Amino acid sequence: MISQIVIVLFDGFAFGMLLFLLSVGLSVTLGMMNFINLAHGAFGMFGGYVAVTVMRQLGLPFLAALPLAFIAMALLSVLIERSLFRRLYKAGELNQVLFTIGVVFVAAAAATFIFGTVQQVIILPDWLRGSVEFGGVRFGIYRAFIILVALIITALLVFGLERTRLGAQIRAAVDNQRMAQGLGLDVERVFAITFALGCGLAGLGGALAVEIIGLSPSFGFQMLVYVLIVVSVGGLGSITGSFVGAALLGIGDVAGKYFWPEIGSFLIYLLLVAILLVRPLGLFGKR
Amino acid sequence: MTDSIAPIESRDWLRRRSRWSPFEILFWLAALLPFILFPTYLPLASQIAIAALFAISVDLILGYAGIVTLGHAMFFGLGAYFAGIISVRGWGEPVSGLLMAGLFAGIIGYIVSFLITRVQHLALLMVTLGLGLLTYELANALHDLTGGTDGLRGIRTWPIFGQFKFDLWGYTGYAYTLALLFLCFLLSRRLVNSSFGLALRGIRENVKRMPAIGADHKGHLRLVYAISAAIAGLAGGLMAQTTNTVALDSLSFERSADVVVMLILGGTGRLYGAILGTIIFLVARDQLAGINPQYWYFGIGLLLMVVVLFMPTGILGFLARIVDRRK
Repeated sequence: MISQIVIVLFDGFAFGMLLFLLSVGLSVTLGMMNFINLAHGAFGMFGGYVAVTVMRQLGLPFLAALPLAFIAMALLSVLIERSLFRRLYKAGELNQVLFTIGVVFVAAAAATFIFGTVQQVIILPDWLRGSVEFGGVRFGIYRAFIILVALIITALLVFGLERTRLGAQIRAAVDNQRMAQGLGLDVERVFAITFALGCGLAGLGGALAVEIIGLSPSFGFQMLVYVLIVVSVGGLGSITGSFVGAALLGIGDVAGKYFWPEIGSFLIYLLLVAILLVRPLGLFGKR
Repeated sequence: MTDSIAPIESRDWLRRRSRWSPFEILFWLAALLPFILFPTYLPLASQIAIAALFAISVDLILGYAGIVTLGHAMFFGLGAYFAGIISVRGWGEPVSGLLMAGLFAGIIGYIVSFLITRVQHLALLMVTLGLGLLTYELANALHDLTGGTDGLRGIRTWPIFGQFKFDLWGYTGYAYTLALLFLCFLLSRRLVNSSFGLALRGIRENVKRMPAIGADHKGHLRLVYAISAAIAGLAGGLMAQTTNTVALDSLSFERSADVVVMLILGGTGRLYGAILGTIIFLVARDQLAGINPQYWYFGIGLLLMVVVLFMPTGILGFLARIVDRRK
């Protein structure tokens, strides 16, 4: 029993870390511009496709495919942000929701057109396969790798946000956009950079997720609800919030499906509604 | 522009707003055309009428009261399951069954409205989404009652008033759904052109100012939410009775999202926008998905983006503006 609990905690935490990578960018950009981007998961999907394609077509190793997924999605997001999304910052939330749902539809159709509807597979290097036994419990090496990557990125994000100039600008823009603008900060530029970083991270998360969650054109829809739960439960603009929210959701999801397969998802949604009714701004939200 | 200068009684103003235009009469006459012109498409016409009724229910809360919802299929599905289950349990009389389904959805809607009015913005979106998903999972878990993923089986709908059997071609089905759509439309039209409807629009435009002028804004929102839930339940009940099937997809997130998309296409805050958007959406899906489902996804995605960017008031709002400019 104890070993079961340990393995559920471990797998759940690894799943949660994937969700964290997929959603942290949305949390920060939503906190800054109040732009509800439901297409955030679509960047994760294309990140996955980039990784799969460069490995298969160019024969690049897995470790090289991950940063490529990040860079490709960061560049793509700049293009899309500059050409489309920036027109909607002043629009109502309903218009933002619908426009970005439209983007998810188009992205899914485009992915089907290019890659087909089949589930993609990623070939992991040998050293990431298999599992190690530790105190009678077998831990998947790949899941440990995901946790490691996510923890490193969290450390980088926290350090970047707390200690660098750009980080200070981002915090200022999240706390009070108009005041930051009034003090001469180019909020649009800060936002564009943040948006690119966030979508890059989603792309990285998508590439890492292929082995665990799978990858097909419906990835954007599948992840939509998870990403929104992480963002709203964690609280906008908070890295800590996203981290805690993602870890809770990941563990809760795996535990629910493992111990109570019939009502696992039900409990998750019940918890979501309950948390939001008690704390509408999320666990760590300030505004 | 003399209207706004001359002092008019507020009641007269409301009455003038609710006067019937020739376009409206033409529209409802045109709704009878499928009987004569496309008898083979009557089942599709019924589906459109049901979806239009559902879209009107969402328009009442989203278009008029400004409550953005991503989970309204919850009430559609509750109505559908209620109507289906009482039929399976031996009461297949359609009219009373439908009314009970609507009432049931309305009561649940009133209870839920106490939660809905507590939150706004993203939290509101997520609470409606969460409640919708919750109901879906609940229906899935209550396998014995709902049939779970297999769907509800054994629905028998008796003839309407003991006279009109539901025929294979869908004549009775379409007449029944169209009649109900028209009745609920009349009710909604009366509602939005009343002082209550004006109060709702006030809440939509400025949530903070309405309580300041003494309006019980939460009470208004709860009431309209319950009415909207009841209408959604009626739409769901209609679907159960005309198709004799209820599956989990009646509660799905896709249904909640689709109805909002239909509404946006047509134009929010206009009852005809809800109907027009539904017609465009379902006819396009029927035609495009027949060729290739991916065309449909691509087309609807692109259409959504174009409508949001260039026609923020929907297709009907866009047309209305062109007509206004001509004048």
